[in-house]
Amino acid sequence: MKRYSAFAIAREAMRQHTGWDHAWAKPAPKKKYDVIIVGAGGHGLATAYYLGKNFGITNVAVLEKGWLGGGNTGRNTTIIRSNYLQDPSAAIYEKARSLYETMSQDLNYNVMFSPRGVIMLAQTQHEIRGYRRTAQANALQGVKTEWIGPQRVKELCPIMNIDGPRYPVLGGLYQERGGTARHDAVAWGYARACSDMGMDIIQQCEVTGVRKENGKVVGVDTSKGPIDCDKLGMVVAGHAGVMAQMAGFRLPLESVALQALVSEPIKPCMDVVVMANTVHGYMSQSDKGEMVIGGGTDAFNNYTQRGSFHHIEETVRALVETFPMISRLKMLRQWGGIVDVTGDRSPILSKTPVDGVFVNCGWGTGGFKAIPGSGWAMAELMAKGQSPLTDEFSMFRFREGKFIDESVAAGVAH
Amino acid sequence: MLTLKCPYCGVDADETDLHAGGEAHLKREGPGASDDAFEDYLFMRENPKGVHFERWRHAYGCGKWFLAARCTTTLQVFGTYPAQTLEPPQDIKDAISAQRPGWSWGNFK
Ligand SMILES: Cc1cc2nc3c(=O)[nH]c(=O)nc-3n(C[C@H](O)[C@H](O)[C@H](O)COP(=O)(O)OP(=O)(O)OC[C@H]3O[C@@H](n4cnc5c(N)ncnc54)[C@H](O)[C@@H]3O)c2cc1C
Ligand SMILES: [Zn+2]
Repeated sequence: MKRYSAFAIAREAMRQHTGWDHAWAKPAPKKKYDVIIVGAGGHGLATAYYLGKNFGITNVAVLEKGWLGGGNTGRNTTIIRSNYLQDPSAAIYEKARSLYETMSQDLNYNVMFSPRGVIMLAQTQHEIRGYRRTAQANALQGVKTEWIGPQRVKELCPIMNIDGPRYPVLGGLYQERGGTARHDAVAWGYARACSDMGMDIIQQCEVTGVRKENGKVVGVDTSKGPIDCDKLGMVVAGHAGVMAQMAGFRLPLESVALQALVSEPIKPCMDVVVMANTVHGYMSQSDKGEMVIGGGTDAFNNYTQRGSFHHIEETVRALVETFPMISRLKMLRQWGGIVDVTGDRSPILSKTPVDGVFVNCGWGTGGFKAIPGSGWAMAELMAKGQSPLTDEFSMFRFREGKFIDESVAAGVAH
Repeated sequence: MLTLKCPYCGVDADETDLHAGGEAHLKREGPGASDDAFEDYLFMRENPKGVHFERWRHAYGCGKWFLAARCTTTLQVFGTYPAQTLEPPQDIKDAISAQRPGWSWGNFK
């Protein structure tokens, strides 16, 4: 792999950019791999990357039915934070956040990680109590967050109207090193690094069946023919239920649409991410100047990657009160993704009833921020059969009543 | 916008008048049930790409719960029927079969 650098740009500028390599190869599938990962979203690619980097397992294929990064990884609003309440969540999300800090250097790919700070607004008494509690929990977990008052919120984000009338801003939970990153670049950077390690990323290759012998996985059927494997990782987000059905088990989750939208680009006006969970809206400004806006999920099961318009209306209506200046903005684009939501709003990284099959799903509305930590942990789980970061996220936790209740974490916003 | 006909008052209700209630035809388990059955009832969910059966409430209308048969890939509605039914009625099944031959869902087909 030729490294990207300022020097490489200068060199290529001298020769009409004829020397750039393809970032990743486009191989045909081999007959057999040690590990097959289904789904070339961020989580699938990161899993493959850390299998190679941390465990030296490189006879790996990542199978993707569409194009890599074309699922939720390329559809999300890129908020990165780790201010969760429960210890297992804090551990995996903070692992992820800390890996984001050095990801561009590690992958030699600019993922534009921008730790610009994330404020989660408290707009009810209940939220004040909740976020104060989270700030205390975070202090014990070693995650740096703080409770800030309304004046500090206003200083950090001057375009905000903190006086209500309906939902005045009463304070916020602030994570200074939270922020955003370029979502496509995260997928592309991992893909390039995986390809460089000799892994096969096979796009337009849909998995249509899981082949088992004596309760153990032996391979998959795909639109490009059967492929054998010793271990199978299912990392398909909204399609987790469909994949589980192919393998013959059920999962405790449902797939629903989540939407986002962006405005026309405007001059820089907001250099922090703001989330308002009571009113179901959040906003940040992209480097291009667009205001990036998201809200809550639709209520019903859906695979169409289209959401209901009235949710957009609700989100924007809520944000206009807190950010009056956006009332004049034209909205440019709106889109949806299919997110997989579990009962306790926490993800599943787990062995399954089928020997050799592992599942990573349930990230729901908030898994972009988790990509590197999730890949790190999933690789360890698949390589060693156990990982301290995934222990609590088993798909069997529901049966045991060991929920990781983060309904504030992923159920509403990001 | 999703529109479902309320089987009680006959109104074509918009999604904004309705409250979604999740998977239909759940078999309620109680004391004495096996762990598997109880886990299934409480947490495991049908999450099909295609024909699906759901509970809905006509929240801003008559307030009653009803059931709907719907396709999760096209958002097509096959029909709605009262909540006091243990299995989709034959006319609903026929309507689905006409559009999605060979469909199955849970124990129904
Ligand atoms: C509108 C929106 C906003 C969001 N905002 C945020 C945010 O601000 N912060 C945050 O942290 N998270 C956010 N999320 C959530 C985040 O996007 C997801 O949790 C995360 O991207 C999931 O990554 P993934 O790799 O698991 O899934 P995906 O990126 O969806 O990848 C799964 C891949 O599997 C492929 N696949 C499925 N079935 C098959 C098959 N049978 N064969 C082969 N391939 C298959 C799909 O094509 C897809 O490419 C948001 C999501 C949405 C939709
Ligand atoms: Zn009615």
